Amino acid sequence: MWAADTLTSKGRTHLIWKRIKENKFLYLLFALPFLYYIVFKYGAMAWLLLAFKDFSARKGLWGSEWVGFEHFVNFFSTPDFFRLLRNTVLLSLYNLIFSFPVPVFLALMINEVQQKPFKKAVQSITYLPHFFSTVIICGMLVNFLTSDGLINQIIVTFGGQPVNFLTDPRWFRTIYIASGIWQSAGWGSIMYLAALTGVDPQLYESAVIDGATKVQQTWYISLPSITPIISIQLLLSIGSMLTVGYEKIILLYNGSTYETADIISTYVYRRGLLGADYGYGTAVSLFQSVISLVLIVVSNKIAAKVGETSLW
Amino acid sequence: MIAKRKTTSDVMFEIINIAILLILCIIVIYPIYYMLIISLSDGYAVMRGEVDLLPVGINLTSYLAVLQNPDIPRSYLNTIIYTVVGTLIAVSMSALCAYPLSRKKFYGRNVFTFMIIFTMFFDAGMISNFMVVDNLHLLNTIWAIVLPGAINAWYMVIMRTFFQQLPEEIFESAYLDGANDLIIFTKIVLPLSVPTIATMILFYAVGYWNGWFSALIYLDDKVKYPVQLIMRNIVLSGETTSMSSSASSMTGDLGAIATNIKYAVVFITMLPILCVYPFVQKHFVKGVMVGALKG
Repeated sequence: MWAADTLTSKGRTHLIWKRIKENKFLYLLFALPFLYYIVFKYGAMAWLLLAFKDFSARKGLWGSEWVGFEHFVNFFSTPDFFRLLRNTVLLSLYNLIFSFPVPVFLALMINEVQQKPFKKAVQSITYLPHFFSTVIICGMLVNFLTSDGLINQIIVTFGGQPVNFLTDPRWFRTIYIASGIWQSAGWGSIMYLAALTGVDPQLYESAVIDGATKVQQTWYISLPSITPIISIQLLLSIGSMLTVGYEKIILLYNGSTYETADIISTYVYRRGLLGADYGYGTAVSLFQSVISLVLIVVSNKIAAKVGETSLW
Repeated sequence: MIAKRKTTSDVMFEIINIAILLILCIIVIYPIYYMLIISLSDGYAVMRGEVDLLPVGINLTSYLAVLQNPDIPRSYLNTIIYTVVGTLIAVSMSALCAYPLSRKKFYGRNVFTFMIIFTMFFDAGMISNFMVVDNLHLLNTIWAIVLPGAINAWYMVIMRTFFQQLPEEIFESAYLDGANDLIIFTKIVLPLSVPTIATMILFYAVGYWNGWFSALIYLDDKVKYPVQLIMRNIVLSGETTSMSSSASSMTGDLGAIATNIKYAVVFITMLPILCVYPFVQKHFVKGVMVGALKG
C-alpha cells in the first residue's frame, strides 16, 4: 500500500523499504490488529453493497442481482420513514434538552461541597449506575413500572390511578430519557469536575473580596470556565444525533409503543435481521450511517474551531 | 454587617446544595436497595405493598429458586468465560495495535490511524456485522461474542496516548543496547504501562460482562447464553413460570413469588458490579481523564 502510494522515484521507494525493514517488528506486532480491522470492520463495510442488491444467500454477496437504489426508494416511500426519522431525532433532541445539562449542574454542585468525605461519597454513588448493563436498567424499569410496581404503588398511595407506563406510547420517551439521566448523569460529570478543579483559586478569592456570593461565584466564575468543554460536548452530541442507543429500546419497546419508540436502528434490527430482509435492512442502515458520518465530521470541525479559539 | 449577611447566604447555599445532593444520592441508591429488599421479602408482603424501607419476612426462597434453575448458574459461568477470554484478547489486541501506532518511525502510522478512526465514525451496521460473523462460520460460538469487539478504538487511542507519553530516552538507550521492538514492547513498555493496562482490563471486562446484544443476534443455543440474556428472558419476557413452580413447591405459595424472583434475578446480576465497584472506581475515573485529554 505504502509502496503504491509513493512510487514517485526509485530512490524514495528504496528508502521507504529500508525504513520498513528496519522496523519490521513493529509491522509484525501490528499484523493481528491490522487483520482484525480488515476482516471485521472493512469486511463488514464490503457487505454494505447489499444495500444495492437483491440478496439471495445462494448467490452470495457478489452474485446477487443489482437493484440500484430500489431499497432506498422503498424506504423513503413507506409511511414508516417519517415516523422513524421523527422518533430518532426527537429522542436525540430530548436527550440534548433534558439529559445534557444535568451532568453540568451536578459537577457545579459537587464542586461546591467543602466536606471531602461527602464529596467522595456523592461521586462514588452517582457514578455507580453507569456500570450497570442495559438489561439491568431495563429489568429495573420493568419491575418498577408494571401495573403493581413501585411507581404505581406510590401513585395509588397518593390517590391517583395506576398508569400503564410500559404500553402507553406517550410515556416511552419520558422513561427512556429519565432512565438515561439516572444512569449517566454522574459519570458524565467527571469531565466537567476535572475542568473545574483546574480553575485558578485566585479568581474565587478576589470575587470573595468583591463581595460575591457563592451563587454569583458559580455563575460568573465556575460556569464560564467550563463553557469551552460544554460547547465541545454539545457539538459532539449534535454530531451523534442519529445514533440513539437502540439496545435499551429493543429491551423496552413492544407493538403498542412503536409509535414513539421505534427508531431507525430498531427498525433495521426488526425488518432486516429478524425479518431476514437483508438488502432492505442494509439500505436503511447505510442511510443512517452516511448521515451520521456527515453530521459527526461537520460538528467535529466546528468543535475543533471552538476548542482552538477557547484555548486563547 | 455586609460581611455577616454574605456568610449567612453562603451557609444557606451550602445547606441547600448538600440537601439536593443528598436527595440525588437517595434517588440513585433507593432503586438498587429496593431491588434487594423485595428479593429478600415474603412474596405476600410484596404483593400487599408492605415492603418499602425494610424487608418483611426475610427469606432466601427467591434466591434458592433462581439458583435451582439450571439456566442461571450455567449462564453465569458462560458470562465469566466470555469476560475472561474476551478481555484477554481485547487487551492484547489493543496493546498490539497501540504500540506501533505510538512510534514515530512506524511508516504508515497516519494511514493506519485514519483507517481506525474512520471505523469510529462510520458504522457498518448490525446486518453487515452479522454477515461477516456468519461467513466466518462463527455463529453460535464464543468467538462471535469475543472477536467482533476485540479492539475498541477509544480504548486503543487511550493506550496509544499513554505509550506516546513514555520518555523517548528509554527507547533510545534500549535501541543502543541492541534491543528490537519486540523486546522493548514486552520487556519495557508493557511493564511500565501496568496501571493503564489494568484500567483497560476493567473497561473491557465491564463491556463483556454487560454485553447481551451480540449474544442475542449471534447465539441460537440457549446453553451458550450469557447471564444478561437469560435475565432479559426472565425479567422482560416473563419466563418465570418454571422457577415459580419450583419455588412454590418449597413454600406452597404459587405466583406470589414471581415478583420476588424477577427482583432477585436482577440483583444477582448486579452483585458482581456492586462488589468490585468500590475497589476499582478510581481506576475508571483515571481512564476517562486520559481519554478526555486527547479525545
